[in-house]
Amino acid sequence: MRSKNGGKDFAMFALPGMFCFFAVVIIPFIYGVYLTLTDWNGVAKVKNFIGLKNFGSVMKDAGFWTSLLLTFKYVILVVVLVNILAFAIAYLLTRGMKGQNFFRAGFFTPNLIGGIVLGYIWQFVFSRVFVSIGESTGWKLFEASWLSDPSKAFAALVLVSVWQLSGYMILIYVAGFMGLSEDVMEAASIDGAAGWVKLKNIIMPLMMSSITICLFLTLSRAFMVYDVNLSLTGGAPYGTTEMAAMHVYEKAFTSRQFGVGQAEAFILFIIVACISGLQVYLTKRQEVEA
Amino acid sequence: MKQTTIGGNKRKAANILSFVGLLIIFIAYMFPFLMVVINSLKQKRDIIKSPFSWLYTIKGLSFDNFVNAFTQMDFLNAFKNSLIVTVSATVLVTLLAAMLAYYIVRHNNGISRLTFALMVASMIIPFQAIMIPLVSIYGGTLNILNHRITLIFMHTGFSMAMSVFMFHGFIKGNVPIALEEAAYIDGCTHSQTFFKIVLPLLKPIISTMVILNSMAFWNDFLLPSLVLTDKKLLTLPLSTYSFYGTYSADYGTIMAGLLLCVLPILILYVVLQKQIIGGVVAGAVK
Repeated sequence: MRSKNGGKDFAMFALPGMFCFFAVVIIPFIYGVYLTLTDWNGVAKVKNFIGLKNFGSVMKDAGFWTSLLLTFKYVILVVVLVNILAFAIAYLLTRGMKGQNFFRAGFFTPNLIGGIVLGYIWQFVFSRVFVSIGESTGWKLFEASWLSDPSKAFAALVLVSVWQLSGYMILIYVAGFMGLSEDVMEAASIDGAAGWVKLKNIIMPLMMSSITICLFLTLSRAFMVYDVNLSLTGGAPYGTTEMAAMHVYEKAFTSRQFGVGQAEAFILFIIVACISGLQVYLTKRQEVEA
Repeated sequence: MKQTTIGGNKRKAANILSFVGLLIIFIAYMFPFLMVVINSLKQKRDIIKSPFSWLYTIKGLSFDNFVNAFTQMDFLNAFKNSLIVTVSATVLVTLLAAMLAYYIVRHNNGISRLTFALMVASMIIPFQAIMIPLVSIYGGTLNILNHRITLIFMHTGFSMAMSVFMFHGFIKGNVPIALEEAAYIDGCTHSQTFFKIVLPLLKPIISTMVILNSMAFWNDFLLPSLVLTDKKLLTLPLSTYSFYGTYSADYGTIMAGLLLCVLPILILYVVLQKQIIGGVVAGAVK
């Protein structure tokens, strides 16, 4: 595609795609930075320039910091649990057993369904099914709905997220295990490596690229959790399970403080970018070639 | 690691043990879906009494819940809206991203490099960091929210970076420039070369991108909820949300409604399972 009429090529091949991208991502992003410096309420025609005042309001917004702290707790739990569970299941799945493909496909099912529907399904399970188990067995754990108790509602959110995300990570880990060289595994066994030693010294380093991907995906998804949060708990009871993404939404679209909301969204973005950047840098360094 | 006859017994026992373990985890995974299926056929009284089985119901089993949910959710309309948005946006982003990526690979100029760098960098921006200015621009200044076409345009824009990135990698590695040169010598124009020679070569990556993008569009909630408020335009996740808000105490109808939402995707999954799993893995690993 090298010729004289480069302008026509550009207009036909590059421009439409670039237009969509710039109009929906780049321009709003830049405009968003400007919004953090105004006092816009979402309706008014005038936006007054107020400098860094919004960031001052963010500092004073206790709700935001509570939700951010909760989000950190949630992210750590979800990332650790999802990856351990998915790694273990993928390991079992690739040992040549029957029905491997069936299991793999089944575990992935939650990922086909939107978070809203998943949250509602689990809401029913927590508020009716588990309570009914509690009634007939007398187990204290299921006596009342988990969703009406702050710490249990948080646990429910973690549980559902782990359930939702692990199927996807199982796929990636399975692909990683299948890519392990038979020769290396055999050589390790002949040299007497088995069980924990083999896992730690041979398998883990070779699986590092899968681990990098899975950690990155779980981190960025967990940080931005919204759909399941909205439909499972809706922040209830009393806003104790409100995650950062939901807080930003409420701030902007319910409290109509667009400037403050955008400033909080921006801070969240910086945090996520730094943490996932650091994670990729750290785990990539551990990757080795077989 | 295939099972060998040497040391077979110990190996066999371990395999059976891990199979049983997996089966237990698997049943636990499927448990919520099972509950939905069972209770979608029962009436509220029976659900509260015992959500576990089809036996011992007072009012019996019936498809009434489905009829209810189907009409209350305006299922056909929501399904149609989701289908229009998903199909149009998927076609649009696939085509535009392939063309843009092709341009970037074949023209190593300033604009190409800048656009590509911006796209790669933008992939870490979460949607939440853009949604407020997005609503402010398209809702305030331009006032074009509440149109299907706006949503399609936004879906296209948001998935552009990732799609261009994937096409870029594929074209660079798998489309030989010699083929295009031969086409020019034979008198093809640039667009003929692209549509007749290059595009057919992109089939594997196109199918990956179609799967990834259409799944994301079909299930998306936050963006459509910001763009569409008109009841007639609601997509399936949106109409599920408003339906749930109104009927949350009517468990049977709710379960039937949720099952209706899930069913079309599950049927597609049974048919296209291999392609979907392959597409998702290819999309993640790159």
